[in-house]
Amino acid sequence: MSDSAFAAALSMITSLDPEFVGIVGVSLQVSLTAVLIAAVIGMPAGALLAMKPFPGRSVVIVVVNALMGLPPVVAGLVVYLMLSRSGPMGGLGFLFTPAAMVIAQTILVLPIVIALTRQVVEDLWLEYRDHLTSLGQTGSAAIPTLLYDARFALAIALLAGFGRASAEVGAVFIVGGNIAGFTRTMTTAIALETSKGDLAVALGLGIVLLTLTLLINMFVFGASRVGRRYVG
Amino acid sequence: MHDMPSILPLAARNLVFEAEGKRLLHGIDFAIARGDRLALVGPNGAGKTLTLRILHGLLRPTTGSVLWGLDEGKRNGRKRHAMVFQKPVMLRRSVRGNIEHALAAAGFPRAERRERARDALARFGLISIAERPARVLSGGEQQRLAITRAAALEPDLLFLDEPSSSLDPGATRQVEAMLEDLHNSGVTLVFSTHDLGQARRLASRAAILNKGRVIEYGPARDVLEAPKSAEAKAFVAGDLLW
Repeated sequence: MSDSAFAAALSMITSLDPEFVGIVGVSLQVSLTAVLIAAVIGMPAGALLAMKPFPGRSVVIVVVNALMGLPPVVAGLVVYLMLSRSGPMGGLGFLFTPAAMVIAQTILVLPIVIALTRQVVEDLWLEYRDHLTSLGQTGSAAIPTLLYDARFALAIALLAGFGRASAEVGAVFIVGGNIAGFTRTMTTAIALETSKGDLAVALGLGIVLLTLTLLINMFVFGASRVGRRYVG
Repeated sequence: MHDMPSILPLAARNLVFEAEGKRLLHGIDFAIARGDRLALVGPNGAGKTLTLRILHGLLRPTTGSVLWGLDEGKRNGRKRHAMVFQKPVMLRRSVRGNIEHALAAAGFPRAERRERARDALARFGLISIAERPARVLSGGEQQRLAITRAAALEPDLLFLDEPSSSLDPGATRQVEAMLEDLHNSGVTLVFSTHDLGQARRLASRAAILNKGRVIEYGPARDVLEAPKSAEAKAFVAGDLLW
């Protein structure tokens, strides 16, 4: 069977089957939006965590590190409970929409961005502290400098976040509902088609998912390679 | 710029610094007048770096005070003293980027930064490496960039911690020429060094520190050629004090 499934998968990709393209589109849109939101919140938060001493800081660091391993189904369940009709945010009507999926994936990506940013910025702050303090950049005023100078390491952190978002199935399945043409993503479609026995579609989606991940990684790797050469 | 009121004189009054129950500075006193080139000399651990950091405002003394002639070392709200550290801190940017960043942090408007950075690069002969990443420069180039970056801020006073401790003789000469140039343009210099030759070449006044105390202080010639105290005599003669 696998030969024919593989051939069918390739023809689906090359013919740009509209349903197939739609699924890829939803996946990318949801995961990239989640990474973007997590970056905007997580990078400054990680930098603050790296620089500011406060009581309970070590506890926060351990919790954030632990949350990097948060099971997607648990994140999905929590978001489901928040967004369901009777939940505290039920009035938003987000459940079973891409918005709910973005929220769930943001929760999954955020700890990665915060934890990796903290690690990078902590080392950088140690190195830059005297100079930036001398220039009057103390406290949060130093954050833009630190994030900018950590940009290549942060690109890797965002890649890791994108990897987690695009690969997970549990959270988007629970809060998105795998509705065809609306909230169906590559991972939920693979799970569904495999269980239905339609291996061609599952395999085709798997190939696309892998290829996209590879392309995005190559792009970021290449960009930071070139960038590093200019910056040392 | 030097027609404007200066932030100098600067006086250190009985500076005491303690960390983890240990007293590292035991009442440091001296005064720095406009145009001085003060060398803080002494062995490692004498308290030279600590004194510079306190004067520059990076550390708060446990007791004692740092008195500026003008508004905490500021003029029109802008800090008028800068510091070059022993190990130059190089941002992950180009040579020009490093200077423009410092100017931005100090509050210079965007339009002025390019021009000031270019002037500073030209003045100290760094134009040819302006676009190179700062972190791949040689040690001597990095130190010259660190001094150029501080000079671009047009400080009244520049603190330098061991400005040439890890440099070869050629790079040391270049750094010393830059300091002469800065002094000639009216910048007051306060630098630490464990190199007595450098202190003799550059300083107009000198303070010998040992174990957190000033053991000799005055005009460089007197302090470095004919010190009064036995301790200072031993140090200048090259005997180990530690």
